[in-house]
Amino acid sequence: MIPWIGQPLPRFEDPPLLTGEGRFVADLTGDASFLRFVRSPVAHGRIVSIEAPEGITAFTAEDLREVRPIRPLLHRPDFRPIEQPVLASRKVRFVGEPVAVVVAGTPEEAEDAAEQVFVDIEPTDRVVSAPEAIRPGAPAVHDHLEDNVVVDARFETERVDEVFSAAAVVVDFDLRSRRQNALPLEARGSVAAYDPRSGRTTLTASVQSPHVVRTVLADLLGMPESDLRVVVPDVGGAFGQKFCLAPEDVVTAWVARRLRTTVSWVEDRRENLMSSFHSRDHHYRVRGAFDADARLLAVDADLLCNIGAYSCYPVTCGVEPLMALAEFPGPYDFRTYRVRSRGVTTNTCPMAPYRGVSRPVITLAMERLMDLAAVRFGIEPAEIRRRNLITEFPYASATGLVYDEGSYVESLDRAVDAIGLEDFRARQAAARSEGRYLGIGFSVFSERTGYGTSAFAARSMDVTPGYETVDLAMDPSGNVEARLGASPHGQGLETTLAQLIGDRLGVEPARVRIVHGDTDRTPYGWGTFASRSLVIAGGAARLASDRLRAKLAAIASAELEAAPEDIVIMAGRATVAGTDAGIEVAELARLAYHSSHRLAAGMDPGLTATATYDPAGTFSNACHVATVEVDPETGGVRVDRFVVVEDAGRLINPMIVDGQLHGGVTQGIAGALYEEILYDRDGNILTTSLMDFLPPTLAEVPTIEIHHLETISEATITGAKGLGEGGTIGAPAAVINAVADALRPLGVEIAEVPATPSRLRRLVSESERIPA
Amino acid sequence: MSERTKVDVTLAVNGRPYRVRVEPRRTLADTLRDDCGLTGTHLGCEHGVCGACTILADGQPVRACLMFAVQCEGMDLRTVEDLADGDRLHPIQQAFWDNHGLQCGFCTPGFLMLAAGYLEQNPDPDEDELRAVLSSNLCRCTGYQNILKSVRQAAEVMRA
Repeated sequence: MIPWIGQPLPRFEDPPLLTGEGRFVADLTGDASFLRFVRSPVAHGRIVSIEAPEGITAFTAEDLREVRPIRPLLHRPDFRPIEQPVLASRKVRFVGEPVAVVVAGTPEEAEDAAEQVFVDIEPTDRVVSAPEAIRPGAPAVHDHLEDNVVVDARFETERVDEVFSAAAVVVDFDLRSRRQNALPLEARGSVAAYDPRSGRTTLTASVQSPHVVRTVLADLLGMPESDLRVVVPDVGGAFGQKFCLAPEDVVTAWVARRLRTTVSWVEDRRENLMSSFHSRDHHYRVRGAFDADARLLAVDADLLCNIGAYSCYPVTCGVEPLMALAEFPGPYDFRTYRVRSRGVTTNTCPMAPYRGVSRPVITLAMERLMDLAAVRFGIEPAEIRRRNLITEFPYASATGLVYDEGSYVESLDRAVDAIGLEDFRARQAAARSEGRYLGIGFSVFSERTGYGTSAFAARSMDVTPGYETVDLAMDPSGNVEARLGASPHGQGLETTLAQLIGDRLGVEPARVRIVHGDTDRTPYGWGTFASRSLVIAGGAARLASDRLRAKLAAIASAELEAAPEDIVIMAGRATVAGTDAGIEVAELARLAYHSSHRLAAGMDPGLTATATYDPAGTFSNACHVATVEVDPETGGVRVDRFVVVEDAGRLINPMIVDGQLHGGVTQGIAGALYEEILYDRDGNILTTSLMDFLPPTLAEVPTIEIHHLETISEATITGAKGLGEGGTIGAPAAVINAVADALRPLGVEIAEVPATPSRLRRLVSESERIPA
Repeated sequence: MSERTKVDVTLAVNGRPYRVRVEPRRTLADTLRDDCGLTGTHLGCEHGVCGACTILADGQPVRACLMFAVQCEGMDLRTVEDLADGDRLHPIQQAFWDNHGLQCGFCTPGFLMLAAGYLEQNPDPDEDELRAVLSSNLCRCTGYQNILKSVRQAAEVMRA
């Protein structure tokens, strides 16, 4: 099976997860006491008093005075910091905000105790939506921010108004994207253990970035970072929700230290829906200017992102509005662009990045723009895209992002073929004459992935992620261990890195052990998020492997009396090219440790190498196409077909790649049609169970057909591009464009997602052309 | 709740008796996890929607979070820990491994038990029925594509 790269190798991660031997946080509580948070039932108000009956161990902000508030920072003039006490202090700002914590011997006792804590809150006026929050005179969520605007970023090229006034066609529309919860099936949680002997505290937590959590815990708790260890066991999904710091994790660590014991916090589903992180609550106003040939000349966009009550650490609440501003142009070639993108604080649960971050919504906006314009010009949606997609690389966008080579037009053409566009149009026409409404929707997009420090620095982040380091060691028996700061949790990185390393070192992937998720055992790194791990940790693994390979070749060349450049390392042997002379890699390993006197002068014993990789980033691309049938009577949508043509560069393990796309597309369909977090006007959350917030089941998900293009990336050393988020980025636009296409005869336009049955039914009944 | 209100229950799990002393309000899922130490049964919602806690009770797939331990005396309970035969994976487990039917693995025990209970009674399911049954549980990672493929393959292997 050489090379291992490109093989659909079954995952090394799987056997324990299949047999019930997986170990998630809730499986590791042992003898720990249990925490239960007392949460605010009020969206905005002044805390008058908190009373706990005698006999209950409870802590409030008063007890945690020495803990610093979470204060995420961007160093830019259009950003104004806000801070979050880990337990609400003086004021509460959203329903579900932790105001106190109780400690008890069992989860049941902790829940009973929490219900006996009486929190007296004097409610004040609140704001729930972003448009409401920026109205003059709206209540201020944070006293020092009277207009509730946390980020107000603008970008403008020259001649915007001029281009619009000279345009042949101007398309303008509003778009509202409702709020989602990333909804990992395992909610959040942690176990904090204080060890009185060493004075150290170990936080075992369901998170995506163990080293970052260690640093911020040390900062907030005011303790030496070396007294902290963060361990990440099996993680039951995260999708961004476990990337940003949970205030509850800070409290859990604090209680363990205060009581000099072990305590655990296991979030339940209601808490997760109410108080973890949300995302995608955006209001857009978009205008596009086209010339007479349907070429897009300019875009003018006003983007309003509801960031909730607090800013998330480390990325800050700038993550959605700033990404939306920079990446809005997507894969289309136009030079004139004006955008204002605001992040607005409200009395709702805080926002954090969720798979795709802003891109599912900005892609939906650009793809709606293309479809609306196609209707105006009377041309096929595929045709207007063909005229406007970027074709020359590297391409620098209006905002200065540089796209490496991709296959934008090719992916579209391939998708048109795969779906059978002409046949579909014929079937659609036939169905319409029978009173049935079929539609087709395209979505072409770029997915910026694997970006390192330079990309994050461009956002002026106080905490600037980017690089990854891999420590690699071959032991005397020839087995390999790779230790990394990336922190995979379902992405299959243990397998794909073993494939990469195995090829370079001539060992079977099964002999490569990947160590991650333990700050005591791994080099400092940033974790797993932003479709980065295979590109960046993979790049570092490749570089470290090259160094180790060079040392193996040097040792082999001395043993075999050949030039190092003539040594070929493959399938467990180092051989001299073109001869039968060779030596087992395992024998070289043994020699490097046990017979170091035979190594060349100046060569250190042992086989270890370390490398860091920090690329600028690479753009994957894809075209999604969906066909749907809409029932105008019920507003129900059935997705009949879903085709993905994906280009993520070199595929290391195609089976894992397809799995990422399947899951991503399903989350995108969920955002288009089903999932939404709802608040009432008083800021009470209405969707606190899985009977209200509706993730799709297999009954709602069609067969997802995947086709691959492989434009080998010059921007990464493995040739691979990231693809963890693409499915989620592209799917909403394909589905919504298909629904809009289906309902076009009824004069319906879709300005709000998810396009739920009640929303579609209302649009149809309000339209002038009510079906017969 | 105090010690006085607890009751003694003997559960038969994976062919072994477990004598436990639980409050009447304790769910079967919590009892399996915390009193029997069988943490392969996962809790995703604790209100009967996600199905991560699906186990077999007298051969039927049930939500362990919707049953009380005190209801289950005398039932034959089976959890994911009982599926493999020593080191040999059950055909359903093997099919999930071969077909990448899991990613984070959190929902997996529930899907395995759902499929095991179903296929034992319906060895030759048609596609629509299989889709309907597998829509009982939630998975957030796989988009269900490879779960469906895995169960389809397992059914074939088990029939052979």
